[in-house]
Amino acid sequence: MTSIRMTLAGVSSIAGVKSNDTLGSWFKRMLGALGLPLLGLAVFLFIWQAGAKQIDTSLGQFPGPTQVYEQSVALYAEHMSERERETAFYERQEQRNAERVAKDPNYVPKIRDYTGKPTFFDQIGTSLVTVLAGFAIAALIAIPLGICIGLNASLYAALNPIIQLFKPVSPLAWLPLVTMVVSAAYVTDDPMFAKSFLTSLFTVALCCLWPTLINTAVGVSAVSQDLQNVSKVLRLSWMTHVVKIVLPSSVPMIFTGLRLSLGIAWMVLIAAEMLAQNPGLGKFVWDEFQNGSSDSLGRIMVAVLVIGLIGFLLDRIMLLLQRRVSWDKNAITR
Amino acid sequence: MTKHLELTGVSIEFPTPKGSFKALDNVNLKIARGEFVSLIGHSGCGKSTVLNIVAGLYQSTTGGVVLDGKEVNEPGPERAVVFQNHSLLPWLTAYENVELAVKQVFKGKKSKAEMKAWIEHNLELVHMTHAMHKRPDEISGGMKQRVGIARALAMEPKVLLMDEPFGALDALTRAHLQDSLMEIQKDLNNTVIMITHDVDEAVLLSDRIVMMTNGPAATVGEILDIELERPRNRIQLADDAQYNHYRHEVLSFLYEKQRKVEDIGQHRSQKAAADNTQETAPAKKQAQA
Ligand SMILES: Nc1ncnc2c1ncn2[C@@H]1O[C@H](COP(=O)(O)OP(=O)(O)OP(=O)(O)O)[C@@H](O)[C@H]1O
Ligand SMILES: [Mg+2]
Repeated sequence: MTSIRMTLAGVSSIAGVKSNDTLGSWFKRMLGALGLPLLGLAVFLFIWQAGAKQIDTSLGQFPGPTQVYEQSVALYAEHMSERERETAFYERQEQRNAERVAKDPNYVPKIRDYTGKPTFFDQIGTSLVTVLAGFAIAALIAIPLGICIGLNASLYAALNPIIQLFKPVSPLAWLPLVTMVVSAAYVTDDPMFAKSFLTSLFTVALCCLWPTLINTAVGVSAVSQDLQNVSKVLRLSWMTHVVKIVLPSSVPMIFTGLRLSLGIAWMVLIAAEMLAQNPGLGKFVWDEFQNGSSDSLGRIMVAVLVIGLIGFLLDRIMLLLQRRVSWDKNAITR
Repeated sequence: MTKHLELTGVSIEFPTPKGSFKALDNVNLKIARGEFVSLIGHSGCGKSTVLNIVAGLYQSTTGGVVLDGKEVNEPGPERAVVFQNHSLLPWLTAYENVELAVKQVFKGKKSKAEMKAWIEHNLELVHMTHAMHKRPDEISGGMKQRVGIARALAMEPKVLLMDEPFGALDALTRAHLQDSLMEIQKDLNNTVIMITHDVDEAVLLSDRIVMMTNGPAATVGEILDIELERPRNRIQLADDAQYNHYRHEVLSFLYEKQRKVEDIGQHRSQKAAADNTQETAPAKKQAQA
């Protein structure tokens, strides 16, 4: 009997309505899950629209939701027309080359790249690639180093002052140094990466390294004494001890660090792009600001919202990953 | 003749900020193969310390432990430990927890299939077959403790060391696990040292009860041989004059001869809450008797 009831409950909970639930309480739950956030959003949009009308700037009125909507449509249209122009350019080039080869079989066709202005969506792509690359570099350095520091108390003592010193440094302070070092060190005729990409990348990596490093070290050094005793009784080798006990037990901490790092990486990147005029969303914002047309503020506002949205999505992805790999289901994963 | 396991003149001093603290002084104990010995004594007297020294997790300051003619000076799987708080790896299932131990101990000695059968056999001994692919946070406290015992048994240890294995469990579950343990012990006939706070548990399970004096500088106070026939049945024994005599002996040692004068919380403020509850359990039973 109980098993039947349980399966019934299971089926109906998939359908979203529990058998003993009234429609009213189901409605309440849906309101909590969807209704309240939507209500919050609506109130926000209203206040924004009303407030925006009150603010006048030298570039015209502060953009409200409607202007932002118009500008995002415009940005999308610009992107599409730019793409069309690009394909047209390549088609024309191909055609011309084909004609010249037909006339003169010895002619080696030259392929020129399209050099149009990057659109808003191109900038989003650039920023995403840069932030992920910078974050990956940071993680690749921070996790192994954190493990070493966590395992070795003397190493921790030796490196701790350095970590504490560099952790609070703002990206803007690193940027000139990184720029100069990249210019000096990266001299090739046929660069695989643009210098601007590398400066953004290293600035991001330098700034977002620290939370992962510190959290990994703490997680590794805080393996419970009981588990260490288990490892000792089993006489696990050092390697097995690290792989089977230390690493899994610090996975939740490592991921907490990684999430913090990714958040910082995204913020740092936008600032670095603005300051260094490196391609990306930061440059888009800066260009629009310099441009100073009546549309600029609306376009900047679109960028602000997109930056927020991407930051949010990146965090959600990390959270999903964290939930997947973390054994500690009680850890606060929000 | 030397015994299977011998503790000779074991003393230990812990360095503390206020100078060194002598927890154990001249502990002597000889244990025969296949013997089941309980350690009982007031909280903080040094029972865990004795066990940890035998396990090799602590080093005695003077004296030493000899197992089968070899001195013990580091931990090893031939002295398996069942920890008070189960100490399972939370990210592994029950099966994988036992597997970690089996792989380590029988590396190169058993084939993969043999290992699998051995792991399953040990989980079956503790009646955990139905939940062997669950993780520790998905099973109850009693089940976790059983997996801990299975893990220890699977190492085929010479000595099984158990630190209050059932301390954190409710009375019913505890009785159940005690019965399981007696059953397993009947078949395997391991050498066991078990720490307990529970007088009934000690009398029911043990061949000998080692009663420890209060610390600091605790030592073996009295040793009580329990000559009750096996298999033992808790219900029949409840009415048994011999059994009640043994209980009386232990209780009078604990509550008359080794009366606890100082505050329990002074020793280990962290564990105080847990210890207090366990401390009252035997007292209640005494009142009933
Ligand atoms: N690592 C340590 N450093 C300093 N003192 C310690 C250490 N381990 C134990 N002690 C001290 O040794 C004494 C005995 O401790 P132990 O844990 O062996 O007691 P116990 O009999 O197992 O108590 P309980 O029944 O509460 O588990 C206590 O006073 C404790 O404070
Ligand atoms: Mg103890």
